[in-house]
Amino acid sequence: MNETEIQTAVTPAEGPIIEVNSMHKWYGDFHVLSDINLKVKLKERIVICGPSGSGKSTLIRCINRLEEHQRGQIIVNGTELTNDIKNIEKVRTEVGMVFQHFNLFPHLTILDNLTLGPIWVRKTPKKEAEETAMMYLEKVHIAEQAQKFPGQLSGGQQQRVAIARSLCMKPKVMLFDEPTSALDPEMIKEVLDVMIDLAEEGMTMLVVTHEMGFAKSVADRVMFMDAGQIVEQNSPHDFFDNPQNERTKLFLSQIL
Amino acid sequence: MKKETSTTTDAELLPSAVPFWRDPEKRAIIFQIVALLLVACVSYYLFTNTQANLDRQSIATGFGFLDKEAGFEIGESVIDYSAADTYAKALLVGALNTVKVSFIGIVLTIILGTFIGISRLSTNWLVAKLAGGYIELMQNIPVLLQLFFWYAIFYESFPSPRQALNPFTGVFLCNRGLIFAVPAANPAYAGMGWAFLAALAIGWGLNRWGRQRQARTGQIFPAVRVTIALVIVLPLLVWLGYGAPTAMNMPELQGFNFKGGLTVTPEFSALLLGLVFYTAAFVAEIVRAGIQSVGRGQVEAAMSIGLYPGQVLHLVILPQALRVIIPPMTSQMLNLTKNSSLAIAIGFADFVAVTNTTINQTGQAIEGVALIMLIYLFFSLSTSLFMNWYNKKMALVER
Amino acid sequence: MSAPATTPTREYLKPPVTEVGVIGWLHANLFNSWFNSILTIVMLLVLWQLVPPFFSWAFIDSVWNSPAEACRDIDGACWSVIPQNISFIVFGFFPDGQQWRPGIAMLLLIALVIYSKDRKHWKKSLGVYWLVGLIVMGTLMYGGVFGMPVVETDQWSGLPLTFMLALFGMVAAYPLGVMLALGRRSKMPAIKTLCVIYIEMIRGVPLISLLFMSSVMFPLFLPEGVTIDKVLRAQVAIIMFTAAYIAEVVRGGLQAMPRGQFEAADSLGLNYNQTMRLIILPQALKIVIPPSLGILLSAFKDTSLVVIIALYDVLKTTKVTLSNPKWTGYSTEAYIALAIFYFICCYAMSSYSRKLEKALHTGR
Repeated sequence: MNETEIQTAVTPAEGPIIEVNSMHKWYGDFHVLSDINLKVKLKERIVICGPSGSGKSTLIRCINRLEEHQRGQIIVNGTELTNDIKNIEKVRTEVGMVFQHFNLFPHLTILDNLTLGPIWVRKTPKKEAEETAMMYLEKVHIAEQAQKFPGQLSGGQQQRVAIARSLCMKPKVMLFDEPTSALDPEMIKEVLDVMIDLAEEGMTMLVVTHEMGFAKSVADRVMFMDAGQIVEQNSPHDFFDNPQNERTKLFLSQIL
Repeated sequence: MKKETSTTTDAELLPSAVPFWRDPEKRAIIFQIVALLLVACVSYYLFTNTQANLDRQSIATGFGFLDKEAGFEIGESVIDYSAADTYAKALLVGALNTVKVSFIGIVLTIILGTFIGISRLSTNWLVAKLAGGYIELMQNIPVLLQLFFWYAIFYESFPSPRQALNPFTGVFLCNRGLIFAVPAANPAYAGMGWAFLAALAIGWGLNRWGRQRQARTGQIFPAVRVTIALVIVLPLLVWLGYGAPTAMNMPELQGFNFKGGLTVTPEFSALLLGLVFYTAAFVAEIVRAGIQSVGRGQVEAAMSIGLYPGQVLHLVILPQALRVIIPPMTSQMLNLTKNSSLAIAIGFADFVAVTNTTINQTGQAIEGVALIMLIYLFFSLSTSLFMNWYNKKMALVER
Repeated sequence: MSAPATTPTREYLKPPVTEVGVIGWLHANLFNSWFNSILTIVMLLVLWQLVPPFFSWAFIDSVWNSPAEACRDIDGACWSVIPQNISFIVFGFFPDGQQWRPGIAMLLLIALVIYSKDRKHWKKSLGVYWLVGLIVMGTLMYGGVFGMPVVETDQWSGLPLTFMLALFGMVAAYPLGVMLALGRRSKMPAIKTLCVIYIEMIRGVPLISLLFMSSVMFPLFLPEGVTIDKVLRAQVAIIMFTAAYIAEVVRGGLQAMPRGQFEAADSLGLNYNQTMRLIILPQALKIVIPPSLGILLSAFKDTSLVVIIALYDVLKTTKVTLSNPKWTGYSTEAYIALAIFYFICCYAMSSYSRKLEKALHTGR
């Protein structure tokens, strides 16, 4: 299927879940993101790769407003991201984020880490929040650690908890910012397995990663970014076997 | 060294006997005995010298002097005191003065220090730079010099009572201190005090109920706002109930001085201002470091879940920041208490000043200095105990 | 749109005007939100009210070096109180004709300090230079040789006294503090208890109580006929006080030493003294240089407390100057000038300490 013709494949009732139109971002004088155009539809899995400094992390951080864009539009689930606090909060409840360094709250138990969002943002009663939390902890195979503290867990375990924490908010989209880059090699697999399960259940995902095996097996689309621009995007098969752009070819030759 | 071998069948090889001067354990014991003997000898020497000197100068020993009449006035006191009271009472007055200035000083320092610490982190460049300038300035000037400065301002810049500054009605500033009107005694005020406490108690109860309700149904109860409202409204109702008394005890110039109202002496003001401005600079740095110790990632994770800034502060930042802030903050509070002993340099009658007068009059330096050191040791050790308990309780659980 | 994109031409776009330049800076730093904008305006108003009057008092209407009578006629600051009394404020009771001696001693001290700042100079030779320097300074101050008349320690006052109390306090307290720290970490219960008692007692009381103790109690400890002079008493008190704080700082450094270092030294066959002297202390003391500088800074500020036991450091000499009826009433000016002096010294010390901490940290 030709991914760039998403518009025709989508019926008017279900528009793209994320829409980025002509987005630019500057850090001071430095033009970090340049003319980004992106449409993500529901249940789509996109892997974003590229050299460091290419702006890939910045791009997904703009989608949940951890960074601000100066020009262009970002529309998530029908809500446009502007400086309006209400919009930002609405978007953040629909978009989950998993960080490179986990960022679990060290002063709370694993269970409390997961129930924090539902209790205070979605105003869920405690019992219900805890049941949901335990269900997601089972899903990421870490239910027995519910009463421990993050400092007692290994890196791989912490990252799986971080994924469960985002899932407890029942987001429509999950963003992953180099989720396995800070992990020891033997722990990478356990986290990737969880992400593969999620993908197979139909979660919409944007994943910034260097794990090309994951991209090949799970992604619907692979995007290559360099110097703030989307250079090439294609289905995994076409992307890896038949890169069109010189820069893409150079990058692939270095990492594969 | 002879090696002892056992001739019995269960071969139990005893360790070879080591001469005691090469055995580390024995050497340690001997070393300690020698050290203790040394300390004992020196102490004995000092002790006998002291005895001889005291006898020669006919200075009494022991704490009998506490029952004798003090014979000196004290500038300001929380309780009633006159020169005919005992030394024991005089020392109590001094101790209470120390507690008074330390307590008020600690409260004001925490408020000012936290405010400046947060300002230091403000995104407003002007505010952040001014806060930073304050911190650098106050930390690098000796506290005694700051005390002298404030005292000089009070004494030299403020006029005599007859020409006192009168910025608002009922408030006078002169070189006798800050004198202001206070509400005249009235049962309404006791009632308001009780109402205040009752409001706090109700607020605390409502908070508990609200949290239980939140656990059950998920609805959040605005406990903080309701408690603030109660704390304002309940005492107000009591005041109205008593007929809204507005009679004030106004200070009036009579002769050369003011009578009535409440006087805050220049000595107390200078000591308080100097201590607060100095210590607040250190507290500001502690607060700043504490807030910055919570990594950006924590804030980002909290925001990604959808918590709004007030919730991020209350649920994620403060619990972690306070762990880092409270231990050094407690040290600074202790420093403020110890620095209050400088009161003697500007004439405020704190414990050290009163004890000094006592020493001068009775000649019993050893007992006097011992008392001073005991009272401060008491403050320090209780603070250490509290800190150890707090640190154990709040330590983040790790592998 | 069906063909995969070729390399798009990179158009260099300028960021929106509100992002860069002076306007960008103002926007980002002073007016980046409603709250901050209002705050900026309020602060500017407050500054406008306070700064110009202070400026005219301090600089425009002020006199800088005139006799006392001239000060009474003006509205502004009378800075003359300092220059007119400078030799007393700085040198105290040191005899008039001999004031070049403490002057040179202080210049020598400053030269040594500046020389020591550069880490390239941190070798054994530095210790030698300091030792020689201290002996020279002591000789200059005391006299008795090379035709310089003797000046007893009770006439040493003003700035030289401040520097001396702080410097000797630190130098003598350091070995004592290291020993206390080692003692506190000892496995021998008697030694450990003695050290803990000393450290906790001294840290728990204000310096002023130790100064009192030294000035009223020490004479009682000595046999009849033996006296020690006031300066020495205060110096001992400062040394005892500083040693306890250094002990805690060094203890922190010792705790930071990995067990592996001790184990490696043991396996080489080194005894306790050798292990400490050759392996542990060199590393631990390097780690604690920044906090030690902080203690030196506090010691420097705390020398001002000797005012209370009537020793004439630079704060006391200033106060005495102000008690002269000619100059009474100008405390504000005098104290501000003194504050500036302390501030310059202390700020220099603390920024040096911060820079050093960064440099040592990244160098590891």
